[in-house]
Amino acid sequence: MSVGEAQAFSLRGQGGKQNLYEKTFVVLLLVAVLIGVASLITLLIDVLRVGAPRLSVDFLTSLPSRFAARAGAQPALWGTLWVISVCTLFSVPVGMGAAIYLEEFARKGRLATLIELNIANLAAVPSIIYGLLGLAVFVRFFAMGRSVLAGGLTLGLLVLPVIVLSGREALRAVPSSIRDGALALGATRWQTVSRQVFPAALPGFLTGIILALSRAIGETAPLITMGALTYVTFVPNSLLDRFTVLPIQIFNWTSRPQSAFAETAAAGIVVLLAVLLAMNAVAILIRSRYQRKP
Amino acid sequence: MVLMACGLISVLTTLGIVLALISETLSFFREVSPLEYFTGREWAPTFGRNASFGVLPLISGTLKVTAIAVMFSVPLGLATAIYLSEYAPGRVRGFLKPFLEVLAGIPTVVLGFFALNFVTKNLLEPAIPQVERFNVLSAGLVVGLMIIPTIASLSEDALRAVPGSLREGAYALGATRRIAALKVIVPAALSGIAASVILGMSRAVGETMIVAIAGGNQPSMSFNPLKGSQTMTAYIVQVSLGDTATGEIAYQTIFAVGTTLFVLTLILNLISIRIVRRFRETYE
Repeated sequence: MSVGEAQAFSLRGQGGKQNLYEKTFVVLLLVAVLIGVASLITLLIDVLRVGAPRLSVDFLTSLPSRFAARAGAQPALWGTLWVISVCTLFSVPVGMGAAIYLEEFARKGRLATLIELNIANLAAVPSIIYGLLGLAVFVRFFAMGRSVLAGGLTLGLLVLPVIVLSGREALRAVPSSIRDGALALGATRWQTVSRQVFPAALPGFLTGIILALSRAIGETAPLITMGALTYVTFVPNSLLDRFTVLPIQIFNWTSRPQSAFAETAAAGIVVLLAVLLAMNAVAILIRSRYQRKP
Repeated sequence: MVLMACGLISVLTTLGIVLALISETLSFFREVSPLEYFTGREWAPTFGRNASFGVLPLISGTLKVTAIAVMFSVPLGLATAIYLSEYAPGRVRGFLKPFLEVLAGIPTVVLGFFALNFVTKNLLEPAIPQVERFNVLSAGLVVGLMIIPTIASLSEDALRAVPGSLREGAYALGATRRIAALKVIVPAALSGIAASVILGMSRAVGETMIVAIAGGNQPSMSFNPLKGSQTMTAYIVQVSLGDTATGEIAYQTIFAVGTTLFVLTLILNLISIRIVRRFRETYE
């Protein structure tokens, strides 16, 4: 224990030197906080500055090209839309079902504990491992090929733990008086859950789902591993078509040596971040409306 | 019953991961001896007859990036947590928390772009002339930036879970805010803080796009952070992009490397979950 700290404990430390230590400490904390804040702001400004010249309607509606100035993101945007739709159709019902089962129906037993532990672990598995899973199971074993369907299911498994965890939290936030009231009025367990508890938890569910999907939209590694294309000049037309997505397109542009492609990549990033921002805004809106009404 | 099936899908996912990894890894080890894999110091799986399968350079790449990321993010993340829990007025909190959420929500491919086109090009290259275009330092720093929200928000939860009586006791003994934070509250929350750091490490080990974009594609045992060094994840991406010759052995290597990565992160995650559980039991 240094002299300064011993002083503090002896109640005499209100003097000038002690004050200096306190202030230095706060300043150090603030500097650390500001490094993080400044990095994020720098990132956003840098991307906007580099990407701005390439942003236009043409960029959204043209095909990729060997020439940076003409390259567009249309197939990637459609690919993202397709893959995220499949991902949503799979992960939302399954995730809601699992959350409702674990929170409302499961008896505390070995099975429930196993599922719970399992979901906690799955949430922390690196995303690239899901890509290997998709490659081995969907692409090869179920012979779906490197298709929209395989990609969407891979992402669906990836975000499933997020949806389940947030869904359980939403269900837990529903006061048990609502459950007890419904049961006391003679409702069955299923009626209680489907007509009282679930509607009350819906805004919480929605927030979790939007956040999970915005994670899926930004994922790159699992889809590359699963075998999505990096250079596509067509828009997917069916579930079994091959595809690329916006983050992979950005990766492709970023890894080209010509500096002109850095601008194209930055433009793609601006589009990606705008989509994510819009989704997060919706999530925040739902959350705040829900909080106002008790 | 339908609902239970939904719950079971998560168990099936885990089984699928484990089975897929194990079956391909076993067929890999039919071709390559585990001894060569785990002790070999050279990774060149696509060199045909001269191929060598020592995974140490890839593990070395992953550990170098993780070490830099942890050194960068632990002080910053912990300081942010202490500031948020002990000092920040409500207004600042209302701005900092969403900021951390935004940072956590930035796709990693965007962070990779930032590492290569800003950190390397505008910060490192002007400051250090001998730095290579693709280097471990830039990748490590940006991976560190990525895990700051993980460490900051989980550590803040741990600090806030410290009972108020400890804090008030420290003040009553005449401790200043700084002394109370450093000598009483942080030590009391240490297990939660440790868990957050381990979880951050696990995310750094599994991070893919930042290192694939900015960290280079040469397997290397060198400790020089100014040089490039391929990580386990970057190798999987490189093979998946089809840059290397495709053949059964290349296909199997990504599963062998994937298994190594999975086991490493699983150990870290289990330690973290266990620490968090023990820590919760103490205070509730």
